[in-house]
Amino acid sequence: MGDIVSSTVFEPWEDARAEPLIRFRNVTKRFGSFTAIDNLTLDIYEKEFFALLGPSGCGKTTMMRMLAGFEHPTEGSIELAGRDIANVPPNKRAVNMMFQSYALFPHLNIWDNIAFGLRRDKLPKLDLEARVEEMLKLTRLEKFATRKPHQISGGQRQRVALARSLAKAPKLLLLDEPLGALDKKLRQDTQFELMDIQEKTGTTFVIVTHDQEEAMTVASRVAVMDEGRLIQVATPDRIYENPESVYVADFIGDVNIIQGRTSAVGDDTYSIEWAEGQRQLNATSATSFDNGQTCHLAIRPEKVTITSDRPEDADNAVQGRVHDIAYLGNLSTYYVELPNGTIIKAQTANTRRISRRSFTWEDPVWLSWTATAGVLLAN
Amino acid sequence: MRRAVLIAIPYAWLLALFLVPFGIVLKISLSDTAIAIPPYVPTLDLAEGWTGFRTFLSELDFENFVWLTEDDLYWKAYLSSFKIALIATFFTLLVGYPMAYGMARAPQEWRPTLMMLVILPFWTSFLIRVYAWMGILSNEGFLNQILLWLGVISEPLTLLNTNKAVYIGIVYTYLPFMILPIYAALDRLDGSLIEAAEDLGCSRLQAFWLVTIPLSRPGIIAGSFLVFIPVLGEFVIPSLLGGSGTLMIGKVLWEEFFSNRDWPVASAVAVVLLLILVIPIVLFQRNQQKQAEAEQ
Ligand SMILES: Nc1ncnc2c1ncn2[C@@H]1O[C@H](COP(=O)(O)OP(=O)(O)O)[C@@H](O)[C@H]1O
Ligand SMILES: [Mg+2]
Repeated sequence: MGDIVSSTVFEPWEDARAEPLIRFRNVTKRFGSFTAIDNLTLDIYEKEFFALLGPSGCGKTTMMRMLAGFEHPTEGSIELAGRDIANVPPNKRAVNMMFQSYALFPHLNIWDNIAFGLRRDKLPKLDLEARVEEMLKLTRLEKFATRKPHQISGGQRQRVALARSLAKAPKLLLLDEPLGALDKKLRQDTQFELMDIQEKTGTTFVIVTHDQEEAMTVASRVAVMDEGRLIQVATPDRIYENPESVYVADFIGDVNIIQGRTSAVGDDTYSIEWAEGQRQLNATSATSFDNGQTCHLAIRPEKVTITSDRPEDADNAVQGRVHDIAYLGNLSTYYVELPNGTIIKAQTANTRRISRRSFTWEDPVWLSWTATAGVLLAN
Repeated sequence: MRRAVLIAIPYAWLLALFLVPFGIVLKISLSDTAIAIPPYVPTLDLAEGWTGFRTFLSELDFENFVWLTEDDLYWKAYLSSFKIALIATFFTLLVGYPMAYGMARAPQEWRPTLMMLVILPFWTSFLIRVYAWMGILSNEGFLNQILLWLGVISEPLTLLNTNKAVYIGIVYTYLPFMILPIYAALDRLDGSLIEAAEDLGCSRLQAFWLVTIPLSRPGIIAGSFLVFIPVLGEFVIPSLLGGSGTLMIGKVLWEEFFSNRDWPVASAVAVVLLLILVIPIVLFQRNQQKQAEAEQ
C-alpha cells in the first residue's frame, strides 16, 4: 500500500536521482548594464506545471525567452534534457511558446494559424487536419476556424494562441501570462482546462503569471521572483503556509505583518515584544532566533479569530476597534485598529446573512490566534 | 455652412485644376488641326449665341481617336510604355524592398537619418539628376571609366540612349516612392510575429517568406502602383536617357504637340492615356482602402 501512495505523489524535486528537464545553472542575463536575471540556478522537472510569479519587470519573460531561444544567457548555461541549448536555434528546440502578445499571424485565419507549426513539420495532410480539428475542439474554437484574428475577441485570440502552441505537442510549453485577458470565470475554466491538458499530454508547462491565485491553482511548484532573482521555490501550499521571507508572505495572498523583538521561551517558542504597553505575543518557530533579534510575525487574516468577548486561554489576544469591513460575499475581512494605531486584518466566513452579522463599524472586538498560526520571519 | 465651404474647397480645386483642363483637352482632341492660333478648329465664339454653339458642336468628331487606331505607332507606343513601366516597377521593387527592409531593421536612432537619405535627392532638381546620369552612363562616363580601370570590361559599354539607361533612370528616380510605403508596412510589423514563426519551426528565411512578405504586401502593392502609374506616362527620362529605339507614349505625346504641332492628335493620345491609367488608379485606391479597413 505504502508503495502506491508514494508513487502517486508527484515530487521529483525531492528525489535526488531525478534528472531535471530544464536546468538553469548560474544564469545571468544583462541588457547593456542592466541585469535582468541575476545568477539564477533552477531545476524544472518533466511533467511539472511550474509557475513563475513576480511583479512586472522582474525578469519572467526574459527567462521564457531564454528557454525559447530568443535571448541567450550572458553568463551560465541552460540545459534542456541534459543538453546545453546555447547553440540550438528557436526552430530546432522542442519548445513552444505562447506569447504574451499572442503574436497571431494577422494574414492567416484561425485554422491556418493553428496549422502553421504543423506545416513546418511536413505532417501528412490528413494527420494535420485531424490535429488542427482536435486543437480547435480542445479550445472550443470550431466556430471561428475561418475567421481572421482581428475578427474575434481578446479571449478567443488567447485561446488560438494556446491552441497554436499546443498543436506541435512540444516537450516543453512556455505560457507567458496566458490568461491575462480573460474574465474571471473564463480564466478559472481555462486554468482547469490547462491542468487537464497538462495531465493528458504529459507536457512540461512553465507558466508566467503575476496573479498569485492562478499560480496557486495550477502549479506543482511556484517560484517567486524579484529583480531577476529567485526568492523562494516551493509547492503552492508551502509558499503559502511557510513563506521564507516577508516578501513572499506579502506577495502571496493577504497577510498581517507584525514587527517585534524575540526572546526565547522554550525550545521552539518565542515571545515577541512588539509594541509599548501591549502584551507580548507568543509564536513557535522551527528556525531559531536570538534574544532581542528583530523579527516579523506573518499571520494570514483567516487564522485570526474575531470575538466580542475576551477569548479564554488564547495564546495571543489583542483588543481593538472595527475600523473597516470589506464584504467579499463568501468572506468578510475586518480591519481592526489597535490602540497604538496598528491595523490587523481578520477574515471570517459569512455563514450568516449580512444583516445578522455580529460586528459593525466602531465595535470593540478581540482578536486572537494560536501560537502556531503565524510564521516567524527574520527578514 | 462652414462645413459646406470646407468640403467645397477640395472639389473646387479638383474642378479648376483637373476637370476643366481635362474638358479643354478633351475638346481639343475632338477638333481638327488648322494652321492658326491656336492650331485647331473649331473655337467657340460666344458672341453668336445658341446657333454658334450648335455649329461648334457639329464640327467636333472622333477622327483623331480613329486615327490612333489606324497608325500602329500609337498602340505600339502604349504597349511599349506598359512593358517598360512594368519591368521598371519590378526592378524598383527588387532594389527598393531590401532597402526598406534594412531601414525597418536598423536601430531606432538611425532611422530618421536613413529616411532623410532616401528623400534627400528630391531636394535637387529632377532634371539635373537625370543629366547627371547622362554623364555617368555615356561611353566616356564615370561608370565605363571605372569598369575599364578595374578591368571588368575592355570595351566601353553602350548604355546611354538605350532602354537600359531608361530603366536605370526610372529605378533611380522612383525608388523613394517604392521604399516609403514598404518601409511603412515593415515598420508596423510586430517583431514577435517573426519570433512566433521561428518558435513554430520556421528558419529565418521561411519566416521572412511566410510572414514578412505577406504582411508587407499592402506596402509592396502601394509602392508598385506609385511607381507604375507615373512611369507609364513618363517623358523626361526616355527622352534624355533613351535612344531612338525607346518608344514611350509620353515621348510620342511630346512630339505630337511640339514637333508636329498637331494638338488634336496629341490631346487624343493624352485622353486615351488617362483612360488607361484609370484602371491602375482605381486598383491602387482599392488597395489603400482595404489596408485602412484592415487596420481598424
Ligand atoms: N531587450 C531588452 N533590452 C533591454 N532591457 C530589457 C529587454 N528585455 C527586457 N528588458 C528589461 O528586463 C527586465 C525584465 O523584463 P521582463 O523579463 O520582460 O519582465 P517581466 O517579469 O515583466 O516579464 C525589465 O526591466 C525590462 O525593462
Ligand atoms: Mg512579461
